[in-house]
This record gives sequence, structure tokens and C-alpha cells, in this order.
Amino acid sequence: MSDKPLVEVQDMKKHFPVSSGLIIQRNVGLVRAVDGVSFSIAKGETLGMVGESGCGKTTVGRTMLGLYPATSGSVTIDGDDILHLKGRDQLRVRRKAQIIFQDPYASLNPRWTVSAIISEPMRVHKLFATEKERTERARELMNLVGLNPRLLNRFPHEFSGGQRQRIGIARALASDPLFIVCDEPISALDVSIQAQVVDLLEELQDRLGLTYLFIAHDLSMVRHICDRVLVLYLGVMVELADRDELYENPLHPYTKALLSAVPIPDPRKDRARKRTILTGDVPSPLNPPGGCRFHTRCPIAMDVCKKEVPEWREAVPSHFVACHAVETGKTE
Amino acid sequence: MTKTLLKVSDLKTRFHTPEGVIHAVNGVSFEVKEGETVAVVGESGCGKSVSMMSMLKLIPTPPGDIYSGEVLYRGNDLLKKSEQEMEDVRGKEIAMIFQDPMTSLNPVLTVRRQLTESLREHLNFTAEQAEKRAVELLEQVGIPDAARRVQDYPHQFSGGMRQRVMIAMALSCAPSLLIADEPTTALDVTIQAQIVELVTRLRESLRMAVIWITHDLGVVAGMADRVIVMYAGFIVEQASVEDLYDSPSHPYTLSLIAALPRVDRRRDQRLKSIPGSPPNLLVEPKGCPFAPRCEFVMEKCRQENPMLAEIGSDHFAACWVDVKTGAPR
Amino acid sequence: MTTHTPSIPQLAEDLATPPLTLSQLGWLRFRRHKMALVGVVIIIFLFLFAFGGALIYSEQYANYTDTSLRLLPPSAEHPFGTDTIGRDILARTIYGGQISLFIGIVAVIIETLLGILVGALAGYYGGWVDSLLMRITEALLNIPTIFLLLVMAKFFGGQVPEIDIGGRVFSGSVIVIVVIIGATSWMYLARIVRAEFLSLKENEFVLAARATGTSNAQIIFLHILPNTFAPIIVSSTLSVANAILSEAYISFLGLGVQAPTATWGNMLDSSANYLDSAPWLWFFPGMLILLTVLSINFLGDGLRDALDPRSRTV
Repeated sequence: MSDKPLVEVQDMKKHFPVSSGLIIQRNVGLVRAVDGVSFSIAKGETLGMVGESGCGKTTVGRTMLGLYPATSGSVTIDGDDILHLKGRDQLRVRRKAQIIFQDPYASLNPRWTVSAIISEPMRVHKLFATEKERTERARELMNLVGLNPRLLNRFPHEFSGGQRQRIGIARALASDPLFIVCDEPISALDVSIQAQVVDLLEELQDRLGLTYLFIAHDLSMVRHICDRVLVLYLGVMVELADRDELYENPLHPYTKALLSAVPIPDPRKDRARKRTILTGDVPSPLNPPGGCRFHTRCPIAMDVCKKEVPEWREAVPSHFVACHAVETGKTE
Repeated sequence: MTKTLLKVSDLKTRFHTPEGVIHAVNGVSFEVKEGETVAVVGESGCGKSVSMMSMLKLIPTPPGDIYSGEVLYRGNDLLKKSEQEMEDVRGKEIAMIFQDPMTSLNPVLTVRRQLTESLREHLNFTAEQAEKRAVELLEQVGIPDAARRVQDYPHQFSGGMRQRVMIAMALSCAPSLLIADEPTTALDVTIQAQIVELVTRLRESLRMAVIWITHDLGVVAGMADRVIVMYAGFIVEQASVEDLYDSPSHPYTLSLIAALPRVDRRRDQRLKSIPGSPPNLLVEPKGCPFAPRCEFVMEKCRQENPMLAEIGSDHFAACWVDVKTGAPR
Repeated sequence: MTTHTPSIPQLAEDLATPPLTLSQLGWLRFRRHKMALVGVVIIIFLFLFAFGGALIYSEQYANYTDTSLRLLPPSAEHPFGTDTIGRDILARTIYGGQISLFIGIVAVIIETLLGILVGALAGYYGGWVDSLLMRITEALLNIPTIFLLLVMAKFFGGQVPEIDIGGRVFSGSVIVIVVIIGATSWMYLARIVRAEFLSLKENEFVLAARATGTSNAQIIFLHILPNTFAPIIVSSTLSVANAILSEAYISFLGLGVQAPTATWGNMLDSSANYLDSAPWLWFFPGMLILLTVLSINFLGDGLRDALDPRSRTV
């Protein structure tokens, strides 16, 4: 890995105020969707981000691109602080970072042709002088994502889910970005199409040297595509390690439970497996539990877990975890 | 020898739409034995849900049209029953749970009201008996503090808990067959594991048969006895769960398994993806529906649709090719 | 042949569907509404009547007074009869139709522009902008429209001088009425547009545009607004009928467009004393208003179905 990471997120927080009032809005509560996350991604790396729904993983992806105003913290992409730049400077960073969404139906403007959709980033960033050159580039991008360039003048509704996801990828590539946030790009697709899209993402990464933040709830796919994996729970980081280290030697009880819940497509192995079934649901981020946020569902919770927030530390070289039990060595 | 509970033969359903006729189910035959768990696996539009809805005559007609087939439940053909007779079968004999519990729970009625209603209607319980049973049912499906929560409205429950309420409602009349239509698709893996464990436990204690519809070959592996794989409205493979994963015998099943990443293994190579997209059901397929995406395709496949044939003991596949050797059968 | 990149997994096959644009899809769906088609035919006929008829009858003829010919029933010479001062009613319905249709369309253009502006700003920006604009909208909605119309018509009526367009003289009250109707009817549309913006701005294609750095103005006008066209067109179509009716109300109460400019509404007004004795005075303009309003409503229903963005089928 190179010396300086391409993407650096430092203590980013995103709190959504819950407000009410007729004309003057008063805040009546705070949803702590993301409550202080810090991580970095090296150039060419794929960082996976996993967790249950409500853990804040989508919010992290969107806030770090400035789609939601961050409550605090900083995000540096290729040396530029995306959250604190304005105007033309911000536009310069926007060119370097793009996003691919989950829902292939909602992510493309139904009133625009594919050509208009793909060339929008080029228009915004004034990448080519003429519309003709932009269309030419759009044709190249269509080829690159495995779609027939003759379909450029069609509308999104004529395409299948997998094809639409490819159009979304082509749009994301149009501004020659360095970094792409993949926000659950395959979870709305059929099984046979998921593999196509994942293979495409990997091929593009090899060819263009892209860096990905891959947000997903499918832990099997994350193991397949990611280099490192970050586990979130209720807006905070609980564990971060290299892929195989995390899957083979998970330290945090939440990671363990999450992994043991993933079904294995092998009947004998799946039945023989010891499962940790978590009880209950993720608590509300409106009023998260004090201490370690996982203590309400943790099978090995101790007294200290209810009172003190566990420290984020490197338990094994390049394997980080926030858990009191790991600190004291009582992990089973 | 366990008795056959349900025997479906040559079920065909189509939909008449302004765009044309959608051939949703094209001759589906299978059996479910008492107490057995059968998984029906396939992608969206493969006809798995429509087959189940057709069996229970839940297809709106028009545009739906069940134009062929027989659904024998304990020897009686459900397709010949009147709507009134079907109302007794549904819920009491065969219960169904869905992906989105909110669509089958009434948002303006308390859970108690919805649970006791079917108990009083189908089983002639008194108000008191029904109330007691409702709380028992919620306890049975693992809802903590059931006596109090029975008074809540559906929206007061989380996604996983709502699915449990759905299951409690489905179980209220002790059905012999539970049809679960993608019940865990919208849920997180941790909640999915809870629901799978719950259904497995209930199935054993109530000795009920389960048909589990899903697109996820992973979930099926641990819980099913037998697996049916559907594609484009046809059953393409049917086998015991061990056989299916040990020796998948239809190219579609084979590629589906190859396309799945594994949480329990180190990555060795790119995923083997299936080219193309699922078929357009508006066009009546000529030949095998999987032929355009199949790596073993031969000329014959494009002309003639293979019938489901027994290729091993209790292992059926509809393919002209032996996928192990690549040679024609 | 374009250069293919072999290692990218290809979706070689073309689309199964023929190339259908959204408008073609919409037309296919619209065609199925028989009543909407009838509505379109009637509307075309009404426009031909009002604007084509002017080629046959001159405006001077429509305003030509001859008291010896007053209150003649329909005949070959005066197919719709004559009015209280002997003017030909057919010719007057033709010129009145022009004004009524003009009022309907222009008032709705004003209404639509105001409605879109207020709705889009409130829906897109949210927060205090939304609260403020919506409270104003609701306040205006709470005043009965007809009352507002009458007060404004009385207040502004007669303040605008006559205008001369291409040799034709119009009562300034036409402009007053158009502006008043437009300014008192945008509130419903603003609420519709706001609701559409509220849901559309959360759509991922809007987030994608923001991630790229597209400006707010472009997002509002190029991304979101085209997706709200369906409800806007439906609502505006129906508003044309309402505007024509509103003009008829005010004119019937004597506060509308002033003589000599004819409208279907003020023709009804002048027939008020002759309901029994000369029914042709109110029958023809009344019928034309009824036909216009009905056919526009049929058209609106058809458009509602044809333009439904959620429906992907033919």
C-alpha cells in the first residue's frame, strides 16, 4: 500500500435534528446516525463497511461526500477537504469522488435519456468543449460498462435492473473519479445479476485504479470484494481489520454474531455450525444505550460495558476493535 | 413412510395484460409430505410466488388465469373449491406469511384484535379463550412481554418483531402447511437468523410442513429437506438439499451456486457470473428457457424444452445435458 | 463496429422492448381513454369555432346593434337568435369564446408559474422557507376564492384602460380578470408541486446530481421539475375549466369583463332577466361553457392515467 491514504475521514459525526414548529423550527431531539467515525482508504483499496440497517453505514457514505451536511469532522480526498471547501474548489473535489446507489430505479432520472444521464458530470465539470465530444465519451463509457452504445438514446425505464445499475456506474465514471462510494450497489439485484455487477466493479478497479468504499449488508459479498472491512454498530465503529483476519479471527462479539448469522450455501456445513443468535433489535439511534452501545444485546456484557465507552485500539497489528472484553482478554 | 400432504400437478398460470400474455407458471408439479420443509428457489419473475398464490387461489382473476392443473391437498383439489370453501382452507389448513408483514397486518387494529378474530371465527373460541391463546401465541414466537404487547398496533413493532407477529397469526389455527414467501428478504442477517431458527423450531414442535420461497440459496441450505429450483415459470431442478448442493444437475443451479460468494472461504478468483438477464415472460419460450444464458447449450436446447426427468434417486432435472460430463443425456 | 473490451462482462443482447419514448408510452395509454379522446375532439372543435368562426363573422358584426332586431329567436339568418339590443348571438359567442378561452389559458399560465415557483421553493429548500410559504398558502386557501375574486374585481376593475391589439380593442377588464383569477388559484397547485418536490428530492438521482456538483437551480429545473410535469399538466388542464367558470361567475355578477367585449360569462349575465322569455340568450353560451368544462375534465382524467410516472406498462 502507498504511504499516504487517498481518503481520510476524521471523527465525522452526523446528527439529524428532529424538529417541530409552525414557522420557527425547534429541535426536539437528535438522531445520532453517525457518532464519530475515523478511517482511511489507500489508493486502489476497497474498504467494506458492514452493519445492520440503522447502523449508519449509508449516512457515512453520503455525509463524507457532502450530500448531508456533516455535524463535525473532516473528510480529505486526495488532499482536499471536501466538507469545508466552497464553490469552485468544492466542485474540483466532487470530480474526484462519486457514488453508486442501491436502487437502480430511483437512481436514474426517468425523464432523461441515458446519454444525458451519463454526460451530466461532464457538463457540470466542463470536461469537453462540445456536446459531440461528450457523446463520444458517453459511448466509450457504455462500452466500458458492457452496454451497447446504440442504446444511448433510450430512457431508463427500458432497461432491466442490472443494466440500469451499469448506467449508474457509467455516470459515476464520467468525471474520471479516483474514489467511488458504492452504496449497496447489488442488494436490489437478482442473484445472477449481482455477480455480473461485482465482477464489473472489480474489472474497472483493476483497469482504472479506482478506490472503493463498498457499503453492504451481504457479508459474503464483502468478503469477496473488499481488502479491509469496517464493522459499524449504531453509528460507531466496532471493528476494523483485513478481510481474512476479520472473517477468520473476529474479536468483537457483534462481529462474531453477525458472521455466524450469515447462511452458508452448504447444507452440512451450515447445520454443523455453532450460531450466536442475537436477541432483540438494534436500539433506536435517537437514544442510544450508554457505555458500549452493543451492551444491550451482547452475550458477554459486563458491568463496565454499561458505564464506559470502550476504547478503539489495535488489538492485533492492523486489527482494531472497541470492546472491553477484548481488553481484558475475556472474549469467549 | 410419511403421507403426502400436497400434490400439485401441471399447474399453469398466465396473466392477460395490455402488453400481451405473461406466461408466469408453465406446468409446475411437485409434492410436499407431512412435516417436510421444501424450499422453492428462483429469481424475481421465475414464478415461485405466483405458483403458491395460484395454489391458494389468491390470484386476482382477471388479469390472472389458472388455466391448467390440479392442487390436491389431502386428496381434495383446491382449484375446484368455491371461494367460501377456500376461506376455510386458507389460514386454518394452509397459512401464508409474506415478505412485508405490514401488507398483511391491518395498521389500525391492535395485534390482539387481529389474532383473536381468526381464532373466534375459525375455531369458535370464546373471547376469553381467544385472548389467552393470543398471548400464548406471541410468547411462542418469542415476543417478550407478550401480555402487554398484545395491545400494541403493528407499527409499534420493529421489522423482525412484526414478522414474528405475522407468524403468530399464521400459526393461530395450527395449520398443517405454512407457506413462507421470502419472509426474511427485507430483514438483516441477524434478524433473518432469528426468524429461520424460530420457524425451524415451530415446525418441529407443531409437526407442520413448510414451503419456504426465497431467492437465496444460502438460507435454504441449513433448513430445507428438499429444494425446488424454478426458472421462467418452470421447475428446472428438484432434489434433496444435500444432493442439490453436492451435485447440482441443471446448468442454472450450477451457475447460481458458482455465482455466490462464500463467507466461510478465502477468495480464490472472480465470481462466475451468469451472462444476460432473466427471460421476458411475454414471449412464449421456444426450447429451453435458460438456453440463451447457458454455457452447455446445444442446438437441441433451442428447439425443444426438456422435461423434468429423474436423473438420480429422487433427483430431477430438466436439461438435455449431463452437466458433469458436458455430454448430451 | 465499436471496439469491445472483452474482459468486461458483456450484456450483449439488445433490449427486448422496442424503442418507446415516454411520450409514446403516454400516448398508448391515453388512447385507451375513449372519453378523453372525445374531450380532445370537442376542444379542437371549440377552438375552431372560436377562432375559425372569426373568419366568417367580423367583430363589427358581433357588436352591431339594431334594436329593431332585438330578442329574435334562432332563425336561418341568426342561427342562435339575437340579444336584447339586436346583436347576433352566434357572432357574439364566437368572439366571446375567444376571450373566455384566452382567460382560461392565460389565467392558468399565471397560476401554474406561481404554483410551481412557490411549491418548488418550499419543497426543495424545506425548513423555514417551506414553513413560511406554506403558511401563506394556507392563509390564502382559507379565504373563500369567490369572495376574494369579487373584492379584487371590484377594486381593480376599471383601473386598466382599454387596450388595442392589432386594431382590435379589448376592455382592460380582461387583463384584470385574468390576473385576478391566476393570482387566486395557484395555492392548490403549489401544494401539489411541493409534495412532489418533497418526495422527489430524496430520490437517488437527485443525490447523484448533487454528488456531481450540479447546481441547485439545475437540480430544481432540469432534474425535479420535469418529473412533476404529470400532476402539473393534469391540475392545470382542470384549472382551465375552473378559470372559465370563475370568469362566468364574476361576469354573471356584473363584475367581470365589461361591454362591449363579449365573453360567455357576461352573455349569461345579460340573459338573467329573460330566462323564460328568451331562453336562447343563455342556452348557447351556457352550453358552450358546459361543453368546454366537461371536455377539459375528460381530457384531464385521460392525462392523469397516461402521464402516471409510476406506471411502466403500456
